[in-house]
Amino acid sequence: MSINTGEMKDIKEFLYKIADDQLIIGHRNSEWTGLGPVLEEDIAFSSIAQDKIGQSLHIYEILHSMGEEVPDIIAFARKAKDFRCSHLTEYPIGEYDFSLMRNFFFNHAEHLRFEMLASSSLEPLANLAKKYKGEIKYHIMHSDTWVKQLGRANEESHTRMQSALDKTFNLALGIFEESDFADALREVKVFDGESVLQDKWFEEISSILDKAGLVIPERSKWVPSYGGRKGQHTEYLEPMLEEMGEVFRLDPKAEW
Amino acid sequence: MEYIDPRVNRMELPANDDGKEIIESLEEWETYEVFHQKKRGEQHIHVGIVHAANPEIALLMAKEAFGRRRQTANLWVVKTSAVTATDYEDQDIFETTPEKTYREASDYYCMDRIRKYQEEHGIEDRKEERRKKKEVRVK
Repeated sequence: MSINTGEMKDIKEFLYKIADDQLIIGHRNSEWTGLGPVLEEDIAFSSIAQDKIGQSLHIYEILHSMGEEVPDIIAFARKAKDFRCSHLTEYPIGEYDFSLMRNFFFNHAEHLRFEMLASSSLEPLANLAKKYKGEIKYHIMHSDTWVKQLGRANEESHTRMQSALDKTFNLALGIFEESDFADALREVKVFDGESVLQDKWFEEISSILDKAGLVIPERSKWVPSYGGRKGQHTEYLEPMLEEMGEVFRLDPKAEW
Repeated sequence: MEYIDPRVNRMELPANDDGKEIIESLEEWETYEVFHQKKRGEQHIHVGIVHAANPEIALLMAKEAFGRRRQTANLWVVKTSAVTATDYEDQDIFETTPEKTYREASDYYCMDRIRKYQEEHGIEDRKEERRKKKEVRVK
């Protein structure tokens, strides 16, 4: 496939969007390390957080090969407005029910996005999607198992999970904010678009939430939290980036 | 009582008169024994224990606790309570086992009879030849 300059810019934006989501949610989830509800879950959740950051690194490396900065600069030295992550990923970790629910919504979107990307015309992206298939499958097993367990365990756990779902749902819809370049990407067969993804996602999460005894808000109450893909973020992103890049900024040229 | 895991201390469990914490049934998870298989077809080897509320969660926990740093083909989890074990008090039932070398293949002296048979029937001892070749290589 031959790519012109305009398409190249669109593809880069698209890659930033995916990788920034992974980096930010990965960093957020890593904030549970040492605080997880039980030791085994602490290990599992931290490991999943590391996986996400690892996936973002891989995409930043692809971006670097397309002429962007090195991954460390991309991750630690950009301003909040240059990030393309969705609002869902930016929120503080809150209680464990929120973090689990956020991860549940995110993992399903990620898994389906990668499934679509596995047949993308952009070869490095198709390879990447295939490479992380198993990793993401485990992330989904993790969130589905917990959501189903806590949705039906007892009254307290059910109430907490339902309330976490209600708080998180519109944020989750923000993942699927369509970009101006969607048509261009569809045309060169890189990606079929966010609305296709959202439909697949809705179908998948509905069947799990049904098993968990949890209810999705009615469509009339859907107010997607858009803006993240255009660099308009919640108040939570900047302090988080500040903290995440703190050590890096002490000596950006340090060899690790 | 101070626990090693700070998470348990943070739970601030109510105590009874003896100062012993009262643990609600839902807070008391069972333990599961984890068995790890490196390659398909090989045996599953016991590698440790995880705490979990049910077998599915035990598998989730086992995957990261015991599978994240080694090659893995398959994991088993078994409720610890499902294991029936011998009693350490009865360990003496195994005491004379090391003496029973006749139960080991290496204790059978039959090579002289095999060689005699081979000589009588003109069969070459391939194993012997391989051994000699190996010795030459080592020298």
